[in-house]
Amino acid sequence: MTTGATEKDDTKEGSGAVRPTLEIDDLRITYRGSRGEIPAVRGISLSLNPGDTLGLAGESGCGKSTVAAAVLRLLPPGTEVTGRILLDGEDILAMSFGKLRAVRWAGASIVFQGAMHSLNPVHRIARQIAEPIVLHEGIGREAAERRAVELMSQVGLPSWRAQSYPHELSGGQRQRVMIAMALACAPQLIIADEATTALDVMIQAQVLRLLKQLVSERHIALVMISHDLSVLADTCERLAVMYAGRLVEHGPSREVFAGARHPYAQALSAAFPTVGDPAERRNPHGLAGDPPDPGNLPSGCSFHPRCPVVMDECSTATLALRAARDDWQAACLRVDGPEAVAAPTLLTKGDA
Amino acid sequence: MTTDQTGPDQTEPDRTGPDGLPEAAQDGAAVPMAAAPAEPALAALELTVRFNAPGGRTARAVDGVNLDLRPGEILALAGESGCGKTTVARTLLGLERPTAGGITFQGRPLQYGTKALKAYRRDAQLVLQDPTGALNPRHTVYDAVAEGLRIHGIHDNERDRVADALSRAGLRPAEKFFLAYPHELSGGQRQRVVIAGALVLDPKIIIADEPVASLDASVRGEILALLMRLRDDLGLSAVVVTHDLGLAWNIADRIAVMYLGRIVEIGSVDEILTAPQHPYTRALVSVLPDSPVGEPQVLAGEPPDATDVPGGCRFHPRCPALAGGEAEAAGVADDCRRTELPVLPLGQAGTSCHLVAARAQAVAATP
Repeated sequence: MTTGATEKDDTKEGSGAVRPTLEIDDLRITYRGSRGEIPAVRGISLSLNPGDTLGLAGESGCGKSTVAAAVLRLLPPGTEVTGRILLDGEDILAMSFGKLRAVRWAGASIVFQGAMHSLNPVHRIARQIAEPIVLHEGIGREAAERRAVELMSQVGLPSWRAQSYPHELSGGQRQRVMIAMALACAPQLIIADEATTALDVMIQAQVLRLLKQLVSERHIALVMISHDLSVLADTCERLAVMYAGRLVEHGPSREVFAGARHPYAQALSAAFPTVGDPAERRNPHGLAGDPPDPGNLPSGCSFHPRCPVVMDECSTATLALRAARDDWQAACLRVDGPEAVAAPTLLTKGDA
Repeated sequence: MTTDQTGPDQTEPDRTGPDGLPEAAQDGAAVPMAAAPAEPALAALELTVRFNAPGGRTARAVDGVNLDLRPGEILALAGESGCGKTTVARTLLGLERPTAGGITFQGRPLQYGTKALKAYRRDAQLVLQDPTGALNPRHTVYDAVAEGLRIHGIHDNERDRVADALSRAGLRPAEKFFLAYPHELSGGQRQRVVIAGALVLDPKIIIADEPVASLDASVRGEILALLMRLRDDLGLSAVVVTHDLGLAWNIADRIAVMYLGRIVEIGSVDEILTAPQHPYTRALVSVLPDSPVGEPQVLAGEPPDATDVPGGCRFHPRCPALAGGEAEAAGVADDCRRTELPVLPLGQAGTSCHLVAARAQAVAATP
């Protein structure tokens, strides 16, 4: 396990050409359950360099958390996964289990939403943060707990909290503990899955600011998953919007949030009003209908039954992302941007 | 449409008098449904709710709140968790007994006898955050909506009433949903069933606690539009408890911002969310994406404990205006630390802050 960690340290130190921290290529994930096969992710490609921040947005059931779980191979057994996931050049899907354990925490870590349920209620905070350090770096518990206290101060938790139990902490503090744990083994990639959703506005702002700062200081790649487009636009450089297992839009986050090309991404950004914007005063925007059932997807563009600007072809056409600009793609027939070639890693390849 | 445009402006120095009476306090504010100042549909007067906390301590969950809900208005009650907003809502519904102060409904004090409360609960309905938890998974939509009618012994035209409530909540054709079970519905549809369950009793007031917090983003707007439509079509008044200022901007007429058991700022949404006066409200608005208020001001620390309310202004330990020296410059820093602020009076816009009061006085003194 320690070998895994040192190997990565070497590659991280090596300068020269930038190797993407995370490369996802035509990822397809199908759950098998009592209701038959459910295609949760249907061909997604993404790439993150060190220091990149990507917001992955979408509603429940769109597959965004499935993508996150796949990166650390946390999906339930029997789930069919095809495509490639490269973490710092290494194929996660082909990795032996021992290697995988080394990668979890040390290569990439996930911060989940429910910090309350992710912490062990009967262990003190310092011990829980120290646990991955002990496992991955083979140092003694005491030394690891000292490191844990350092990490706690980096995320703004007072050191006397080290001996507290999770129930003695507030929600915001527990979320900071989760972030400290995620940082414990100096990963190159952090995936934050609705990490701030349950928090109050002010605590959320604190945690986001912290995450942003740590990511830029340490050159960590960050994938932030949320349904809240406005938070993602504020925190991440790039924004990818998912609908029914596919990317429907991907581009620079401020611009996508302000002027999305795909009608679904437009509706999603309109759902988060800008306070102070007279156009949105007493004017809530919603989208009729509900997100589709992943087990029973509409034909053609999966969004067409809810689309306010649907055309006849939409129910039959199969869609890949199209370039709206050289750094911006959307999967909509109405998008015909410049013919500029998009970065190939950003495109969804083929179609089922 | 906006309230308080002609009323006394928020910076009027004497607005924080503690003993404003409901009649005297009306400032001629116009709400969409009522041109003339009307008697509040529901009001809390000097409301105090205390709970016993472990260790013999007392939590001052609501610590002096004057709040009026005008007929046909949507009032947002905002603040961080633990500020007492949900306790205010529960007390308004009669689910919690005030330790001191009281609730008036249509001008009459709320009675806490079983019969009186039951009658009151026809008029004031609660809509909760999580529709999945609010619905019994083994009851059909019809039973869920009819339950209120049965509890209140209303047996005539049950079917029509249920169908009517469902269609007013946007589930049409209503008959199609009668026999559905909650698990067969989407989150948005479930919340509509919960709202239909509230509407079936023809209430005058709806109190909604984070009505869209557990819904998908694209569905959210539809439910908010429904709440606005109910106000416009049925003249319902609503208190919407939320931490989400965007929601207030979307649907509310007025907003009350709570901090540690008190309202720190209250007034029209248009004024408070575009030009907040209280440093706490300013901070809350400043961390919104594309905020109308300058630089994001992230407050350190967490809302303090209601069992240990700081002296002076209860916000002073976290106040950026005090820490940044603005209060010192205005000569009120000592007041911030030591002098408790009066409870904001009923029925007016106002800000509970020594600094804001001092600045207003300074402006008034230099004509």
